[in-house]
Amino acid sequence: MDFAFFLIQLLNGLQYGLLLFLVASGLTLIFGIMGIINLAHGSFYMVGAYLAWSLSSLTGSLTVAILLAIPLTVILGMGLERLLFRHLYQRDHLYQVLLTYGLILVFEELRSLIWGDDVHGVAVPALLNASIPLTENLSYPVYRLAISGVCLLLAAALYLLIQKTRLGMMIRAGASNRDMVQSLGIDIKLIYTLVFALGIALAAFAGMINAPLSSVFRNLGSHVLIICFVVVVIGGIGSVKGAMAASLLIGLAETFGQVLVPEVAGMIVYVLMAVVLVWRPQGLFGKA
Amino acid sequence: MKKNDQAGYDRREFLRGTTAIAGAAVAGALLPIGTAFAQQAKLKVGLMLPYTGTYAQLGVAITNGFKLAVEERGGKLGGREIEWFTVDDESNPAKAPENVSKLVQRDKVDVVIGTVHSGVVMGMAKVLKESGTLWINPNGGAGAMTGAACAPNFFRTSFSNWQTTHALGKVLKAKGHKNAVFITWKYAAGEEMMEGFKEGFEKEGGKLTKELFVPFPQVEFQALLTEIASIKPDAVVAFFAGGGAAKFLKDYQAAGLKGKIPLYGSGFLTDGVLDAVGDAGEGVETTLHYADGLDTKKDKAFRLAYAKTFKLQPDVYAVQGYDAGQLLAAGPRRRQGQHRRQARHDQGHGSGQDRQPARAVDLVQGAQPGAGHVPAQGGGQGEQGARRGLEGPGGSGARLQDLAFL
Amino acid sequence: MNSSRFAQLLPWFVLGLLALFPLVENTFYMQLLTKVLIMAIFAMSLDLLVGYTGLVSFGHAAYFGLAGYTLALMSPGYEAVSLWWSLPAAIVVCALFALITGMLVLRTRGIYFIMVTLAFAQMLFFVFHDTKLGGGSDGAYIYVKPSMRLGDFELVNLEKAEQFYWLVLFLMAAAYLLLHRVLDSSFGRALLGIKVNEHRMRALGFPVFRYQLASFTLAGSLAGIAGYLAAVQYGFVNPEILSWHQSGAVLMMVILGGMGTLYGAVIGSFAFILLQEVLSNQAWFGAWAKHWQLAMGILIMLVALYLPQGLAGLAQKFRGKPVPESADD
Repeated sequence: MDFAFFLIQLLNGLQYGLLLFLVASGLTLIFGIMGIINLAHGSFYMVGAYLAWSLSSLTGSLTVAILLAIPLTVILGMGLERLLFRHLYQRDHLYQVLLTYGLILVFEELRSLIWGDDVHGVAVPALLNASIPLTENLSYPVYRLAISGVCLLLAAALYLLIQKTRLGMMIRAGASNRDMVQSLGIDIKLIYTLVFALGIALAAFAGMINAPLSSVFRNLGSHVLIICFVVVVIGGIGSVKGAMAASLLIGLAETFGQVLVPEVAGMIVYVLMAVVLVWRPQGLFGKA
Repeated sequence: MKKNDQAGYDRREFLRGTTAIAGAAVAGALLPIGTAFAQQAKLKVGLMLPYTGTYAQLGVAITNGFKLAVEERGGKLGGREIEWFTVDDESNPAKAPENVSKLVQRDKVDVVIGTVHSGVVMGMAKVLKESGTLWINPNGGAGAMTGAACAPNFFRTSFSNWQTTHALGKVLKAKGHKNAVFITWKYAAGEEMMEGFKEGFEKEGGKLTKELFVPFPQVEFQALLTEIASIKPDAVVAFFAGGGAAKFLKDYQAAGLKGKIPLYGSGFLTDGVLDAVGDAGEGVETTLHYADGLDTKKDKAFRLAYAKTFKLQPDVYAVQGYDAGQLLAAGPRRRQGQHRRQARHDQGHGSGQDRQPARAVDLVQGAQPGAGHVPAQGGGQGEQGARRGLEGPGGSGARLQDLAFL
Repeated sequence: MNSSRFAQLLPWFVLGLLALFPLVENTFYMQLLTKVLIMAIFAMSLDLLVGYTGLVSFGHAAYFGLAGYTLALMSPGYEAVSLWWSLPAAIVVCALFALITGMLVLRTRGIYFIMVTLAFAQMLFFVFHDTKLGGGSDGAYIYVKPSMRLGDFELVNLEKAEQFYWLVLFLMAAAYLLLHRVLDSSFGRALLGIKVNEHRMRALGFPVFRYQLASFTLAGSLAGIAGYLAAVQYGFVNPEILSWHQSGAVLMMVILGGMGTLYGAVIGSFAFILLQEVLSNQAWFGAWAKHWQLAMGILIMLVALYLPQGLAGLAQKFRGKPVPESADD
């Protein structure tokens, strides 16, 4: 591999990592702030991808489809928080695992009932359907660059939201002391609902923008889910910064692993996770 | 010779097996066919195919083809009504032994039809070898099914995996390619097709420089396409099928490799997906035992009937399903000539004679004797695509192919 | 007969009925029951961790699958491997692996423990999934099932489905009795103490880590027995048997049945597998049978929300007894 290709693989790894960050950041927020293990997080990624597919084949435009789908997923997130997750805040993790495992099965079957079981491709928007020549025989799809850009923008927005806004302050306060925040007259329930919906929407959005690259198929969210758990645990539960660092780390590890050591590529991320946890049981950016 | 003897024996068993389906044991053979069949209970047919996931469309096409063959016979086989049992195998090898056990033990089917995924095929082989249930495989090309793990009740109306890529060696040589990269899904079919290609290509003096694998059924190829570009091989050979094939062709184009490094593959890369990929499929050359340009009467009739019935164009999978139906129907019909041929076989031990009964089954695919031909199918539109290169390692696993092609 | 005596005799009565089952039906439903009993062993082993030691493992399938693969790798192509040494060997492999992984994972708590156990299971999953060691993603086959010989005499031939069924039933009963004894001992009480309040037990001078490690190793070994048997049943192993879906499914069985009651794990595996079988029955549910997981998912969610003590808890509620303090509050 000469240097040019090394750089291109680096780009591939970063693009994958940034996408993981979108899913993992929601997961870590829900983990850290509400103390919920959400196994169904990958299902929202899948729902996003299927919404992108069905709405874009309906409207003929992926952009329109995404604009329509985002409010839908926010509503879905808020509804589920009110109906189901609210009952789990004070419960043992075990029951959270159980409930969200059940939710995965329900989502898979609803997906099958609504959208069927076939694999579908999603067309890249015409505007972005081009490639930039990088070497004599390799081009880089513009769409991949575009989604990396969108992911970076969202990451920045998320940072500003949490660090610089009043809502972000309340979210941070709610994470460290729920009772105190409540006694100060802040509606913690509303904050939880918002955080949950935000997390769900981020995961679904990741599914939407990645649909042209991944295609849509059943159990789409399963692989993403497990990888994102790894990201969250390596980064430290509740740490958005940690999720970013770990996402990029995992993205690069998977990409280079696939090319350099294909025989063990699948297990690299888990070995990484085990090493990190033995060294720092609370994760890279977790509070001890 | 030993292999062929084995094959001959197996075929007799098959015909005997189908005879038993028709309800006629030794005594039954003496009765006129009509009366023997009229009193029979329904024939239980178990379809174990993928109806969800990457290979869902393949499963549906096979089912359509099979049912078309049955419909053409008035909805009956050997005069018996059919009771259908369907299992979605999800192309998941982990559930294969249990799924097929359900058909065999709970539903007690007379014959199992399936499946697509080679890993699932191996699970079926394990269970069906023990139960002895008649099995016709309309696609999955796992070599061991008709090799090490074979049994007298096993039949296949398709291919062994290695066969679909072996002939590419000659094609690449003819084009002047000296080295190639193979990219595929990491499971039995991909690995066997890779081996088949490697053997065929090396025999022609070519070199397989790199083997690249993606976990089944994932379709994220970006890192590996970058790797291909950095290796700069003379040619790329791929096996993907169904939705994965369409995605690969599009990504290959988007990565700018199309037109720079020529792409080859087994016909699954283009079959049934060309409409979906547009110009991304142009210029891709593939080899297979069937292509839609096959110019025979039988094929035209089949294609017309299929298109009329299902409002869909048939693909290789539909053909294989249709041929599986024909094969099952043909078993009982050939019964009478059986004893004579058997006797001849016992004297001769000649493989040529063993193959005789097959000619009676007028299959759609590969109507021409294929030894030594180089199948090449340009852009999936195959001028002569239906010929099969039968040269290759030891003729292993060619049992049903014999039946189909000779 | 008073009720406590009835309760004592009930398990033996059930065992007797189960032992006679092959005389009634010896094909599909006996196979199904065999599977249930194997999963019951698996679920009991997890209950030891979740219900008695307070360790929620989300990677217990690792030991189950490892034993299966150990058998597959030990089996010579077309000969039977001896049950005498292959089963103990599989158990030892699992015990060692559990001991090593236990030393690492027991450094973590709570969510992290759940995730680290998952990580180790996934690692093992990819070892078998990505390398040729066990046939990759397609799995490997055990063409001839193990047999047990004494000299020239064949004691047990697992090719015979009835004999296999009885062996499984015997091992299930043995595992139950073993766990019952262990949990009744001072060791078992110490485990419960650790589950309720780890710090207090440490303050009292109990070597908490060593107790947990012992429990973790025992659970891994028992899961190994189940995994060995599961591999024998279909003569087949596949990476899927150590996937997180499998770990999740067995956790469902434990909770569905009722944690912290050994018989609950058995009930849970019965209920889970039979439910799966019923809901996916095309003859009864037609087109909906395909979507059986919908009903299963809803049911699991209902159990999580309204039946934290599982079916065992339900039974105790009916009998008006206070629910034992086994599940978390």
